[in-house]
Order: sequence, then structure tokens, then C-alpha cells
Amino acid sequence: MYRIIFAFLLFIPSVAQATDSAGIGERLIRIELPAPETPGMRDYLGVGSKPTFTMDEIDARVVIVEIFSMYCPHCQREAPRVNRFYDLLQERGTPGAAFKLIGIGVGNTPFEVTYFRTTYGISFPLFADEDFTIHKALGEVKTPYFICLARSADGSFQVVFSRAGGMDDPGVFLNKIMKQIENRR
Amino acid sequence: MGLRFWILLFMMVLVPASGHCRSTAFGTSIYDPGHLKPRDSLLKVKVGDMAMDFTLPALSGDRVGPGQFRGEKNVVLTFIPAAWTPVCSDQWPGYNIAKPLFDRHDAVLLGISVDSRASLHAWTQAMGGLWFDVLSDFWPHGRVADAFGILRHDGTAERAIIIIDKKGVIRFIHVSDINRRPDLGMIIKALESITP
Repeated sequence: MYRIIFAFLLFIPSVAQATDSAGIGERLIRIELPAPETPGMRDYLGVGSKPTFTMDEIDARVVIVEIFSMYCPHCQREAPRVNRFYDLLQERGTPGAAFKLIGIGVGNTPFEVTYFRTTYGISFPLFADEDFTIHKALGEVKTPYFICLARSADGSFQVVFSRAGGMDDPGVFLNKIMKQIENRR
Repeated sequence: MGLRFWILLFMMVLVPASGHCRSTAFGTSIYDPGHLKPRDSLLKVKVGDMAMDFTLPALSGDRVGPGQFRGEKNVVLTFIPAAWTPVCSDQWPGYNIAKPLFDRHDAVLLGISVDSRASLHAWTQAMGGLWFDVLSDFWPHGRVADAFGILRHDGTAERAIIIIDKKGVIRFIHVSDINRRPDLGMIIKALESITP
């Protein structure tokens, strides 16, 4: 926990950027998360056997992060669509160069995140932000909230875009991401 | 170490997290009262007491109370302080997907608020509806909350979970910091302890 807070103190560029999407992404990239317990999820993220990892260690060209809560009715309604979005990513992705998806359950305990996963049959990694540490660092965004990170030429992650609210059509959402990535080149 | 460092230190370490997140489902309808005194009442009941019998008007139009389930179901009472506030709006929608957990423990859930039925109707509709009964403790204002000793001085109720078993005995009481939502896992664990 102290390592996470210390990382925030080092890297948060300005309090005034609390709701700025680029600022949110920069903070997100440096957040340390516990590695998933299941080997399948570890393999999916490519984080090996380390106990913790940061976003930029994820073996992916693009990482999409959903900020959600088990208690958020919009997130509940959105869950089947996000699952379809994950399936689309799996169809397009190839190991080592893939699009990866993770979820962070803000204010949710591990029990609540697990229940959300079970209820909606979610196959991608979810993480519990039980004490709102990550949520606070991100400027207490409303849920659901999506942040898309893409690797730059130097290998670092940059925010492609972020948005509050649902993704609506998963295919359209993915095309929008693809277009944003194309526009950066 | 400039001023910005100390501002950041204050923001990140000394200022507590809000303790809630806001769903986009409610748009701009939520009123935020800010950080409140964590507890503002004294319990009048304890675990092991026979629960008082009461009924309150429910959104369904009926009068509903725990006594109706005596001998058949465990009853989980979830008191929330007020409709259209951040933490409360971030609590019952979670229970809305947890019905199987309550069913597994032979339990019904009753939501109780000191708000009027009109306000509760609008609020729960914004959640997309709820599977459990929502009861209005509006008039006489907060009578039931006060009988349990969880009515605050400003007329709102504490954020509290009270579990009554099939015999009508209070088996679990948890009064949260009003600014924080209780863990669903804690509620289910409490139910497990009375339904082995």
C-alpha cells in the first residue's frame, strides 16, 4: 500500500489534472497491482510469477482498463457487453502483440469482485481496489469508466482515450479504439 | 520540496478517500452531503434480543415487516441514511445482483429508509428496480430506526445491517461508518454463521 501511495506522490503531475484523461492514464500506468492467482490469468497478462506488476509490464500492444463497481447498476448492465468486447479482442489478438482487457473494482472487496465475476461469467482479470486508493488517484471517476492505453514507439504506454459510461456496441467501440491508434501514427 | 509536494501529500495521504464511487446511472441526480460524523446514535438492541415486530409501508403498497417471515426465513434489514445520496446509491444496487446469495441462506432482504415512498420509488426506479421490498420509515418519522437505536440527530438513519433469525432473535448487528458501505462478504458470512 505504501509503495502505491509513494508511486502516486512521485508521479502525479498536478492536482488540477484530477479529471484530465491523459493525467488519469499516466497515473494508471504506474499503479501496482497484485498478480492474479490463477496461472491462466498470469499467462494472459504475461506477468510471470512476480507478486505484483504495473500496467507497462503487461504483455500487450494495447491495454483497455474498465473502472467498475459491483454496486454500479450501469456496470452490471454493461457486463455482458464488456464480455463480448473481450471475445472480440481474443479473436483479433495474437500472443505477445495482443489487446488485453482488465477491470478494477473500485471500493469492492475481493469477495465482491469475485461475486461480480461469477455472476457475469467474466474471463478477463479483475482486481479489487477495496480502499478506493486507485479510485482516488484517478480523480474519483464515475463508473463505468474505460481507459485505453497503447504502446508508443519507445515501448511506453500512452493514453489513447478514456470515457465515462458504457461502451454501447462492442464492435463500434473496438473500431473507435483502432481508429484512435491509427491516428497516433 | 515545493508547495506542490505538500499539496499532493495532503491530497493523497491526509484527505480520506470518499468511500464511494458514483455510477453514471444516476447522472447528476445525487446530492453529496460531504463527510459526515461516522455514527450519531446509541443502539437500543443487542444480539440475542427478540426483535420487535413492526410493519412499514412498502413500495409494493403492502405493509411489510420481519414478523411475516417468522418460522420461514431469516430476515436481513438494511437501513440506509437517505435516498439520492452517494453511498446509499452505491449500496442497494449491489444487493440487486446478490439474490442467489440471500436465497442460499434462506434469507429475505428488507431495505428501510426514513424517506417517503414517493422519493424511494423515484430513487429505486433510477436503479432499474430492486428485487427486495423497500420500506418507508417516514411517518412517524424514523420510528423503527429509533426503536433499534439507529436514528441520527438529523433525522436520517445509520447505515446498519440487522439480521433476525427464523425464531425472531437478533443474531447480527453492524452499524457502519455512515460514509462507508458495508462489505457484502461480511453480511453473507454472518448469514453463514446462523445457517450452518
